[in-house]
Amino acid sequence: MRNRFSDRLIVVAVALFAVVWLIPVVWVLVMSFKPDEVLMRSTAGFLPVPFTIENYARVMTVAKVPNWLMHSVIVSFLMTFIVLVISSMAGYAFARLDFPFKRPLFVLVVAGLMVPEQAIFIPLHTMFADWGMHNTHTALITPRLAVPIGVFLMTQFFRSIPRELEEAARLDHASHATIFLRIMLPLSVPALTTLGLFTFIHGWNDYLWPLVSATSKDMYTVTVGLASIQGNFGQSEGLGTLMASAVFASAPIMLLFVIFQRFIVAGVAMSAGK
Amino acid sequence: MTNRTPQRMRRDGRAALIFLAPFLIIYCVFLIFPLFKAVFISFHDWELAGGYREWIGFFNYEDLWYDDYFWKALGNTMRFAAMAVPSMTILALLLALGLHGHGRVRAVLRSVFFSSSVFSVTVVTLVWQMVLSPDRGLIAPIFRSMGMEPINFLGSVEWAMPSLVIATLWWGVGLPMALFLAALGQIPDELYEAAELDHASRWSTLRYITLPGIRHTVLLVLVLQIVGQFQIFGQAQLMTKGGPANTTLTLVQYIYNTGFRDWQVGYATTIALALFVVMAGFSMLQLWLGRKGDDQ
Repeated sequence: MRNRFSDRLIVVAVALFAVVWLIPVVWVLVMSFKPDEVLMRSTAGFLPVPFTIENYARVMTVAKVPNWLMHSVIVSFLMTFIVLVISSMAGYAFARLDFPFKRPLFVLVVAGLMVPEQAIFIPLHTMFADWGMHNTHTALITPRLAVPIGVFLMTQFFRSIPRELEEAARLDHASHATIFLRIMLPLSVPALTTLGLFTFIHGWNDYLWPLVSATSKDMYTVTVGLASIQGNFGQSEGLGTLMASAVFASAPIMLLFVIFQRFIVAGVAMSAGK
Repeated sequence: MTNRTPQRMRRDGRAALIFLAPFLIIYCVFLIFPLFKAVFISFHDWELAGGYREWIGFFNYEDLWYDDYFWKALGNTMRFAAMAVPSMTILALLLALGLHGHGRVRAVLRSVFFSSSVFSVTVVTLVWQMVLSPDRGLIAPIFRSMGMEPINFLGSVEWAMPSLVIATLWWGVGLPMALFLAALGQIPDELYEAAELDHASRWSTLRYITLPGIRHTVLLVLVLQIVGQFQIFGQAQLMTKGGPANTTLTLVQYIYNTGFRDWQVGYATTIALALFVVMAGFSMLQLWLGRKGDDQ
C-alpha cells in the first residue's frame, strides 16, 4: 500500500513537470492567435484574448510559408519512400542471400554509420555545384538516401523472421523477387513504419544541408524558411505572424506524431537492439 | 546455412546484385566518394565559388593547429557537451523511471516528453528565444515580480551556453527517455517480485536491480549523446549566433562560417575532418561497447 501511494506521488510530480514542459508550446500557440498590435504591447497571458485568425490568413496569403511547406512535404515523402525501398532491398540481400564479399560489404555499410553529415556536406555541396543542381528537390533528397541505418535495421529485422515462413515458397521455386514482395515485405510493415517515420521526421527537420543547398527563397524548405524569417524577430512587427508560421510549419509533423506515436516508441526499442 | 554451395552463391549472386545495386550506388556516390573528396579538398586552398583552387599540401592542417578560433570552438563544443550530456542522461533516466509501467496517465506523459523531439530546430530555437527574451519572455516577469532586473540570458557570457543546454534538453530528451523505457521493460519481473518478498526498499531495488539491469543502455545513451551533442549547430547558429564574444561558437558553426560566409571551403573541410576524427573515435567506442553487450 505504501508503494502504491509513493508511485502515485511520483506520477503527480512528473505530471506537474509535464505542465511546465508544455508551457512554452501553449504560450506560442496562444500568441499565434493574438493580433500583432496587442503582442507589440505585451506578450503576457495564456488566453488568446483578443482572438484573431488573421495571422494564419497572412501566413497563407502573404508569406511564402505554404510554398516552403510544399517543398518539405515533397522532399520528405520522396526521401522516405526511396529510403524504404532501397533499404529493404539491401536488407533482404544481406539477410537472406549468399553472395561473394557479403561480409566485407556489410561492414562497409555499417562503417558508414560513423560518418557524420557535417564531415561530407562541403564535398557534397561542391558536387552539386559542379552539376548545377542546387536549389532542386533532387539535391535535397539524394544525399539523405545514403543512410546506412535503414539497411542495418532492415537486415536485422529480416534476420529475425523465421526461415520456415519462406520454405514453402522456396519449394515452389519462387523467385527472390516473389519471396521479397509477397512474404518479407508484408511481414515487415511495423519495421517499415518505424523506419519511415524516423526518416520522415529527419527529412522534415533537416537544417544544415537545405541551408547550404536550397539557397533561393523559392526553394526553401519550411525549416530553413522559418530560420530566415526569424531574423526579423528583433523588431516586434509581425510577431503573431511569426508564431503562426511556426505553428503552421509544425502542424503536419505533430499530426503524424499523434497518429503514429506507438510505432515511434516501439521503434526506439527495436533500434536499441532489444 | 547448410546449403552454402558455390552454385547457390552464384545463383544468389545475380539476385544480390539487383537487390543491392540501388543502395550501394547511392551509398558510393553520396557518402564514400564525398568522404574521399573531403580529404582531397582539405589539401587545397579552395574557394566556394569562382573556381579558385590551389594545391597547398598540409598547409590547412598546419593552420588548424595554430588557429585560436578552432581551439576555442572545440573548447566551447566540449563545454556544451560536458553540460548537455550528463544533464540529458540524468533527466531522461529520471523521466523513464517515473513513467515506466502501465496506465493511461503514464502513457500520455511519455508522449508529452517525447513530443518536443518532433519539432524542427528552427521552431525549438524560436520558442526558446521567446521564452528567454528579457523584455517579452516568460521568465522575465518572474524576475520583475521579485524586484530584480531580468537577465538577458542569450546575451550574457555566463548564461548563453546554459540557455542553449536548456533548449537542447527540452528538444532532445525524448529519444534517450524512450531508450531507457525500452531497457526498463526488459528487466524480468521476477527480480522485482523477489525484491518485494525480501522487503527491499525502493532505493535498494533501484540500486541493485534496476540500475545494473540497464547499465548497457546507460553507456549507449552516453555515447549517442556525446556524438549527437558534438554536432550542435542550429541552436547556437539561431539563438546566439555564436556570441556573445564567441563564447558559444561551436565546431559545426565554425565550419559553416568558414565555408559559407568566408568561402574558405578548403579550410572548412579540414575542420570538418577534424570533427569527423573526434566523432569516429566515439562511434568506435559505441561499436565496441555494443559488441561487449552482445557477448553477455
